[in-house]
Amino acid sequence: MSALILEARDLELRFGGVQAANGASLKVHANERIAIIGPNGAGKTTFINLCTGYLKPQAGRVFFGGSDITALSPRAITRLGVGRSFQIPQLFLENTVIENLLLALSARERTWSPFLRLDRHPKTEEMWALLDIVGLKDAGRRVVRELPEGMRKLIDIAVALALEPKLIFMDEPTSGVSSHEKFQVMDTLTRALDARATTAIFVEHDMDVVARYASRVAVWAGGRIAHEGTPDEILNHPEVRETVIGVGV
Amino acid sequence: MARQLIIGAGLLAALIIFPLLSPWSTVILTVALCEGLAALGILVLLRAGQVSFGHGLYFAFSAYVVAFMAAARFGHEVLILVPVATAASGLLAALVGLFVVRYRAIFFGMLNLAISMVFFSLLEKLFSITGGADGKRVPRPTLAGISLERAEFELWIFYITLGLAVLAALGVARYLLSPGGKALEAIKSNETRLEYLGVSSRKVLFGAYVLSGLLAGLGGAVIALVSGHVTPELAYWVRSGEFVFIAILGGVGGVVGPFLGALMFQIIRGYAAVYAPETWHAVLGVMLLVIIFFAPNGLYGLMTGRKPAGTGQ
Amino acid sequence: MPPEMLLLAALDGLAYGSLIFLVAVGLSLIFGVLGVLNVAHGSFYAIGAYVAAAGVLALTGMGLPPWLAFPFFIVAAVLVGVIVGGLVETLLLRRIYGKEEVLQLLVTFAVFMILEDAQKVVFGVQPYFANAPMNWLGTIEVFGIFYTQYQLILIPTVALLVLVGLRLFLRRTAFGRAIVAVTQDRDAATAMGIDATRVYLITFIIGASLAALGGALSSATTSLTPGIGSGMIVLSFAVAATAGLGRIEGAAVAALLIGLGRSVAVYFAPEFDVLIPYLIMVAVLLIKPEGLFTTVQTRKV
Ligand SMILES: Nc1ncnc2c1ncn2[C@@H]1O[C@H](COP(=O)(O)OP(=O)(O)OP(=O)(O)O)[C@@H](O)[C@H]1O
Ligand SMILES: [Mg+2]
Repeated sequence: MSALILEARDLELRFGGVQAANGASLKVHANERIAIIGPNGAGKTTFINLCTGYLKPQAGRVFFGGSDITALSPRAITRLGVGRSFQIPQLFLENTVIENLLLALSARERTWSPFLRLDRHPKTEEMWALLDIVGLKDAGRRVVRELPEGMRKLIDIAVALALEPKLIFMDEPTSGVSSHEKFQVMDTLTRALDARATTAIFVEHDMDVVARYASRVAVWAGGRIAHEGTPDEILNHPEVRETVIGVGV
Repeated sequence: MARQLIIGAGLLAALIIFPLLSPWSTVILTVALCEGLAALGILVLLRAGQVSFGHGLYFAFSAYVVAFMAAARFGHEVLILVPVATAASGLLAALVGLFVVRYRAIFFGMLNLAISMVFFSLLEKLFSITGGADGKRVPRPTLAGISLERAEFELWIFYITLGLAVLAALGVARYLLSPGGKALEAIKSNETRLEYLGVSSRKVLFGAYVLSGLLAGLGGAVIALVSGHVTPELAYWVRSGEFVFIAILGGVGGVVGPFLGALMFQIIRGYAAVYAPETWHAVLGVMLLVIIFFAPNGLYGLMTGRKPAGTGQ
Repeated sequence: MPPEMLLLAALDGLAYGSLIFLVAVGLSLIFGVLGVLNVAHGSFYAIGAYVAAAGVLALTGMGLPPWLAFPFFIVAAVLVGVIVGGLVETLLLRRIYGKEEVLQLLVTFAVFMILEDAQKVVFGVQPYFANAPMNWLGTIEVFGIFYTQYQLILIPTVALLVLVGLRLFLRRTAFGRAIVAVTQDRDAATAMGIDATRVYLITFIIGASLAALGGALSSATTSLTPGIGSGMIVLSFAVAATAGLGRIEGAAVAALLIGLGRSVAVYFAPEFDVLIPYLIMVAVLLIKPEGLFTTVQTRKV
């Protein structure tokens, strides 16, 4: 198997009475496509928040590329090459789509000269190309606030991709997309990830998507992994079918 | 953009001609430019969704630096005093900024207010150094080595300030279009995402804060020169509030806004002095409410016909 | 340093801390419930003080007994809270709930400017001094030092009553619980049939009345001049921020801390007395940015 790039070890986090992470552990290897599935409130988003520095675990550690990133800020972790998209898209709503991407580009390239105009960034074409890949080129000059949720989710992912992360967490990438478009969206995303050799972990509720795009599946329950395996193993696992997928055997 | 340039050029032309037609207006217009500069600093912060009720601090600090240097006859020369005092304000802003950029919204606004009130109290209480509530006189310095008569001096200072204000406005406009300026606006729209781009929102805000301190400082330095006198009142919350008022009145949509606002402010002050001398801040308060509720983009917004932007979150 | 001076400083600090507590707790309560930092809060304090002083001067002018001042203080505070506070809430604040914080700050700042001038118009700019209630209560001897009963006993007692009363009110009464419910989750509370609009109005009136009460009590101890409101808003913010905005018991501790710190400075470094509250606040905020008594964290993503 290829190199281990991220490891979460026994993460614990309690919110009042809720144990949102309860010994959560996961090993991620280069070029994997890991799907995280599990019921609402299982702690999937919390896990992403812990791995990307938004929340600090009360116990446990996170390693990325061999170094301990548990105590680092989201900013520092992002700079190391971990990207993320959000369950609720986090975008600059008053700006255009391309401006959102260009700001990410400027962050990546550290181009902060006050004499450079953002819309004249020398690598602007690269961002248009990225928009093209995710099928949003036509919306490039629209203000994000005016766009529907499904598009915003894609823009959110595109912004994360613009940073060229080695590893990306995507929190329910297809949740705002109608069911017949999900495959199309995942196809484009997979293409973009493959082209950049980006490893991906995504939270997903649609089992058809999981079956088709995941290389490995982790079933979340009660703040930790309950089952883990290939999509085939997991989706045919009787217990998982009952508790997560909601179909009796 | 084109509209911004047209309005800016129109305003500039009017400002160039006006003092020649009516010499009595020179000082008032200079004061307007100084307050416009400070309000431009407020505009920069407002772009990040932050408001400071304490920028009188930098205005006053710079003015007192001018007064002290002038009293010490040290570099008693406009071309030395103004840059030194402005830089001193920038330094002070950097120092205070290290602390305040950790905070947002309420805390940011109130901490700035608190710090400026401390400075105000010190100016009043340390009588032996600052001259207390009476303040300090600022003897007229030379300009490029030449001692000028009062009227000439005022006219020169006006045109120099006008030139500096144009430079400042163009510089700020440029900055706001740059990636750094957009990152500044990102603090207002989504700080979480900004951090997840690997950008330090504190650093971005720090830069903007120092810039705003420099702008207020530049205004304060010139005010000290043209009024020939500095008092603690320059640091009082009322002053700081006026800068915010001017920025909101003019509108934060473009860098011309604060200067439009500052001119309007002088006109209102003129009328208020006649019709409502005791309640002139109440007049400002009422106007502020009217602008916020009915013309949220200010005068500049009215002139450019921009639709009110959504204020909800 | 001489022990009597330390004792005097401590007594001053207690009286002073109790006064700022009354104002700060109102500010904190309003913030906790409405989510608005009321910059005009200092004006309620100032108006309370002026109304009380004018009332006391009128009372004594008519030859009425000075003790009448005490019930009058309460009446004055409630009147100011209901009339001025009620108007501000219904006419203005109601329109900006849930908007950007900066916008809310600007609106209350505008109210502040208006109220500051309104005071000058109504009460003039000459100092008011109405210390009859303080003299009437006389002095008391503590460890060989004579101190006014008004400052040593009355003001701290009122502060303590307010603290205990607010606690009981919020925990034991139906309306108090409604306030707490709205603070925690407005939507859920509304769904349960709580009238959030009314809760906001009454909370604002209570907060404003507390500030006015602080002002009324202070009117007997100092002479009133224009501008006392602006000093008080920053000071009470310092207290509320030191405690953590929205923390009621915390505000009492922070007010004492800041009151004591300040009165020690008055005796030992008088030029810097104004600095002390802010130094304390800055020190606390550097170490604990949410304030001393805040624990909860909210999640956004
Ligand atoms: N900041 C917080 N404060 C209190 N409780 C929290 C907080 N964040 C998460 N929780 C709780 O922790 C648990 C896990 O939440 P999380 O959002 O991680 O679940 P999830 O698996 O992502 O669910 P979903 O599928 O609905 O997105 C939930 O019970 C949630 O209510
Ligand atoms: Mg989730």
